[in-house]
Amino acid sequence: MSEKVLMKGNEALAESALRAGCRFFFGYPITPQTELAAYMSKRMPKEGGTFLQAESEIAAINMVYGAASAGARVMTSSSSPGISLKSEGISYMAGADLPGVIINVQRGGPGLGGIQPSQADYLQATRALGHGDSHVVVYAPSTVQEMADYAYSAFDVADKYRTPVMILADGMLGQMMEPVVLPEPKDTAPEKPWATVGHAHARAHNVVNSLFLVADKLEQKIQERFVRYEAIQRDEQRFEAFMADDAEIVVLAFGASARIARSAVASAREAGIKAGLIRPITLWPFPTSAIEGTIPTAKAYLSVEMNMGQMVNDIRLAVLGRAPVEFFGHTGGVIPTPQEVLVKIKEMHRKAGA
Amino acid sequence: MAPTTKRDIILAGFGGQGILFAGKLIAYAGLLEGREVSWLPSYGPEMRGGTANCSVCLADEPIGSPLVLAPHVLVALNQPSFDKFAHDIVPGGLAVVDSSLVRQTGERTDIALHAFPATKLAEEAGLKGLANVVSVGKLFAETGFCREESLFVAVEKCVSAAKAALIEDNKKALKLGMGS
Amino acid sequence: MTMAPETLKKKAAAKPSSPKVVFERPHALLPAPFTYCPGCPHGIVHRLIAECLDELDVEGKAVAVIPVGCAVIADNFFACDVIQASHGRAPAVATGVKRVLPDSLVFAYQGDGDLASIGMAETIHAATRGEKLTVIFINNAIYGMTGGQLAPTTLPNQVTQTSPYGRDVSEAGYPIRVSEMLATLDGTALIERVTVDTPKHVRAAKRAIKKAFRYQMDGVGYSLVEVVSTCPTNWGMTPQDSFAWMRENMLPYYPLGTYRDVLAEGFSNIAEAAQARAGACPIAIEEGK
Repeated sequence: MSEKVLMKGNEALAESALRAGCRFFFGYPITPQTELAAYMSKRMPKEGGTFLQAESEIAAINMVYGAASAGARVMTSSSSPGISLKSEGISYMAGADLPGVIINVQRGGPGLGGIQPSQADYLQATRALGHGDSHVVVYAPSTVQEMADYAYSAFDVADKYRTPVMILADGMLGQMMEPVVLPEPKDTAPEKPWATVGHAHARAHNVVNSLFLVADKLEQKIQERFVRYEAIQRDEQRFEAFMADDAEIVVLAFGASARIARSAVASAREAGIKAGLIRPITLWPFPTSAIEGTIPTAKAYLSVEMNMGQMVNDIRLAVLGRAPVEFFGHTGGVIPTPQEVLVKIKEMHRKAGA
Repeated sequence: MAPTTKRDIILAGFGGQGILFAGKLIAYAGLLEGREVSWLPSYGPEMRGGTANCSVCLADEPIGSPLVLAPHVLVALNQPSFDKFAHDIVPGGLAVVDSSLVRQTGERTDIALHAFPATKLAEEAGLKGLANVVSVGKLFAETGFCREESLFVAVEKCVSAAKAALIEDNKKALKLGMGS
Repeated sequence: MTMAPETLKKKAAAKPSSPKVVFERPHALLPAPFTYCPGCPHGIVHRLIAECLDELDVEGKAVAVIPVGCAVIADNFFACDVIQASHGRAPAVATGVKRVLPDSLVFAYQGDGDLASIGMAETIHAATRGEKLTVIFINNAIYGMTGGQLAPTTLPNQVTQTSPYGRDVSEAGYPIRVSEMLATLDGTALIERVTVDTPKHVRAAKRAIKKAFRYQMDGVGYSLVEVVSTCPTNWGMTPQDSFAWMRENMLPYYPLGTYRDVLAEGFSNIAEAAQARAGACPIAIEEGK
């Protein structure tokens, strides 16, 4: 096992991607993800890989598209406004069934917004990361260790399902340092017989393409893709439950806000309130099964987010009216405090007559 | 305070004083002892020529928010930093202050204030630019937040290979702070 | 090229039983009829590319990056591997491919809207990076696929669907001379403007494309061949009238010729040429490299 080291989240993402066999990185500078690109620019040449600072986020994602077409493990990273620019390319990747990893170290929005940590791209990531009928797998790590772990496995998931995968982090997770044990280097990329690497007169030509001018053909393509999406929803849901077994007030939070919610839940337990935390690690697929498990004891649900409540509807769809779902959060880069969340839990506890 | 106490720390000063590095030393010492640690810098435009600060947490349970709002400990290496964070220190908390640069230390009587001329001491010892590490030594002397040897190993881990020549100076600076 | 009657006789005598093949489909073109409009030069240029792939024996390691525009369907025609790119981004996609597969032959095939309007940033930056790839740029001064709108290369006073009174340069600005502009960039190894209106020009166009591919394979630098072309359908002319209009109006504005050829300029690659150009800039001088 590797030594435990102190590392920034952004750097852990980069190092872990390298260890997953990623040898191509295309990016464009934006705060607060810049350390990731800087790390790649230092390490890639030493690993025989390519670091390229593109002329824009748009160019970067299209370089990812090209490198993925050529069968490589490839990654790009950005922060919220840059992800909006990449969304066209991500849609093309989804439409052409191309694997690749996209990092979003979120900051406040809309527009130029701010540079402080935010989770306000939840809906963009889980609903419409680009136009058309498509999804990307979205991981929401909440520690630097998980930044490393999910950047590492994201490439396998991307290759397995031939889909873009997003790591949805934020400025706090990207900038902070924590102890991390880095994964061992691996070479697990599968054969990619569909890749456009030159046919060498040994097969028919491969075409990487998202254009289907005949409606029936496009529908058929999308339906085939949705069969894969169903498999992802069945097999790839990930979550962590903390003190959730007998929880009456069930808190849901992902990423950085889950850290805060966890502290609040622990404090609530000390105060005699049966609170618990469900922390979705995959945001798409959303871990509805985890919520189902809490229904027997839950009196109310609380979503804690660094946005205006973007995950609330997903929770309501899982709870299906069987308990009230409330929201507490801050947005714009303001980080909620455990104390504030505790106050909200106590208030809900009173209201629920628990 | 024992080495196992949960400790939320803010270090603050001018950009260029090595605030972030000082925080990293503390966090690394915690890591070496198997503790839960986190380090979170201020980032963005406020780093451009202005003040720099970072939050460091040492704990034995998983750390929730790495952003310290109510520090047990403040290390302030300039006046604006002291003024900004002194009133956030929890009652019974502690401040290590570089009195070479912080003249006004306010009126809080519910904290332990350790003012000492870190910058001056460092310069006199031929360790110009290491007031940050001297202050970490001082913080150790006042709190014993980790085992002494952990700090010296942390120096070796945190000083980049390109600056390995500075390891000895950093260790001297730690000792200087510990003895002051 | 013409052959003396004696030569023809000799050839015929050498293989008396087999019929002489005088014309055949290049291997690098799929056996499919072109579905472009009647008289559209895309077919000619596709064929020239295919002939070059055959003659250089690189079809097996070629990757075509095709645009958004009329040539979006070019995967129906090119027999090599093909990637369909989003609008304007072909140079970025091609960059990604080439960085992964440095020994491949990568070419982007783009029209004027794709290359010089929405994709100008990608165009310029791929060129200035000196990406070892080739761009075939079809300039017919109009958006074809969407039905004939103003393009970045539409001539002053030229009527299009979105410049119904003619391109008013006081409002819509001036056309971009892509070859001239790119030739200023240090990353470019070969920039040549050709057309395909006559057999002579077709042969010259083929030579340019082949040279561009060679430069790419030899790692000389970025290459672009601009083909001044027509759009009979959206120009509302017969193919012959279109070529006449092109000769009369476009060629004066977009003169044929070689705008950059670092080998002809006496350098062995773009790095040498750039070094010479950097002149007295001390930081740009690479010592010991």
